[in-house]
Amino acid sequence: MFDWLQHIVDWLIYSVFGLTHGSKIGDALNFFVFDTIKIFILLGFITILMGMINSYFPIDRVRNFLTKRKWYGLDYFLASFFGTITPFCSCSSVPLFIGFVKGGIPLGVTLAFLISSPLVDAVSVAMFLGMFGWKTTIVYVVSGIVLSMIAGYTLGKLKLEHLLTDWVKKILENKQAADENYEEEKQTFVQRIPGIGKEALGIVKGVSLYILIGIAIGGLMHGFIPTGFFEQYITKENPFAVPIATIVGVPMYSNAAGVLPIMQVLVQKGIPIGTAIAFMMAVVGLSIPEGLLLKKVMTTKMLLIFFGVVTACIIISGYVFNLIL
Amino acid sequence: MKKQVKVLGPGCTKCKTTYNNVLEAVKQLGIEADVTKIEDIEEMMKYNVLTTPVLMVDDVIKVKGRVADINEIKQLLTA
Repeated sequence: MFDWLQHIVDWLIYSVFGLTHGSKIGDALNFFVFDTIKIFILLGFITILMGMINSYFPIDRVRNFLTKRKWYGLDYFLASFFGTITPFCSCSSVPLFIGFVKGGIPLGVTLAFLISSPLVDAVSVAMFLGMFGWKTTIVYVVSGIVLSMIAGYTLGKLKLEHLLTDWVKKILENKQAADENYEEEKQTFVQRIPGIGKEALGIVKGVSLYILIGIAIGGLMHGFIPTGFFEQYITKENPFAVPIATIVGVPMYSNAAGVLPIMQVLVQKGIPIGTAIAFMMAVVGLSIPEGLLLKKVMTTKMLLIFFGVVTACIIISGYVFNLIL
Repeated sequence: MKKQVKVLGPGCTKCKTTYNNVLEAVKQLGIEADVTKIEDIEEMMKYNVLTTPVLMVDDVIKVKGRVADINEIKQLLTA
């Protein structure tokens, strides 16, 4: 799909700049330029596409949709699915949590949404496509949704409501059916375009610095670390690799934009992809800052259970990835 | 009449940018406005918001879930 771009970059680096093909600096620069352009093209495309879906299903509508009728378990899927198309800022997680449970959405369903939202988004989908191809991307997106459903369902079954903080319990006692004050914007598709474009531009701008730094580090590692370097340390056969990678990733905080370019190089140099994905999911999905925010609504015990269940689910999907990819 | 502007957000960069944009818009317009920043989550939930940052003008939610730029805020304040 991007052969044409590779030809242009090859010509630019090896002919225009006169760097030797196969030299470390030439290859590192080629990788950097090619990856940067490719990822920004994909990023623009996917953010606009997701912006369009999101324009028709804004978060308020998702909430009303989930509260209005009984879903008999399908709500776990819907929450996880909508979590992936809703752009998410970790500082929105608490207002979102309260807004959902206040409207009568079950705790487990709310958590499913909160788990899937940072895990799969426009940025991670675009970067997965650019770095690992469509097959790995589909497996990633599907497993992100399934993982959120399972973790949300498990947490729902554990009946953790009594472990919420007191002020949240008070809100729950006075919960009302979702306010019907949400008015759908009656805009034609053409009227929506400027807003969608602006939003997409904002997302791309917001992550561009992370991507550039990530690809730059990736480019250096690509040129200077020998292929198969990591294989001597981490192999598919080592049963502890996935849990260790996950647990190392949990406290760290980064978005997909920063961690994915580095992950791509790790995979090229011999780290099994499932192990790398488990690490990445742990980094973007759970973090200490996120835990501190959620402490406002969860007691420490509940927070530990929440992190524990999600971590376990990430470890399991890491093993599954290594089996099927 | 003085405009009442509220910025709701728990203090992430997006919320700070919105707040600074509001201050800048008010300055550029040369109008008087009460600009308040609400960082307390319990307080925030009274306004029934789902995504932050939220920009309210005279207790009406104008922008939610994204940063409003200075020109947009100027339009909202003069409308």
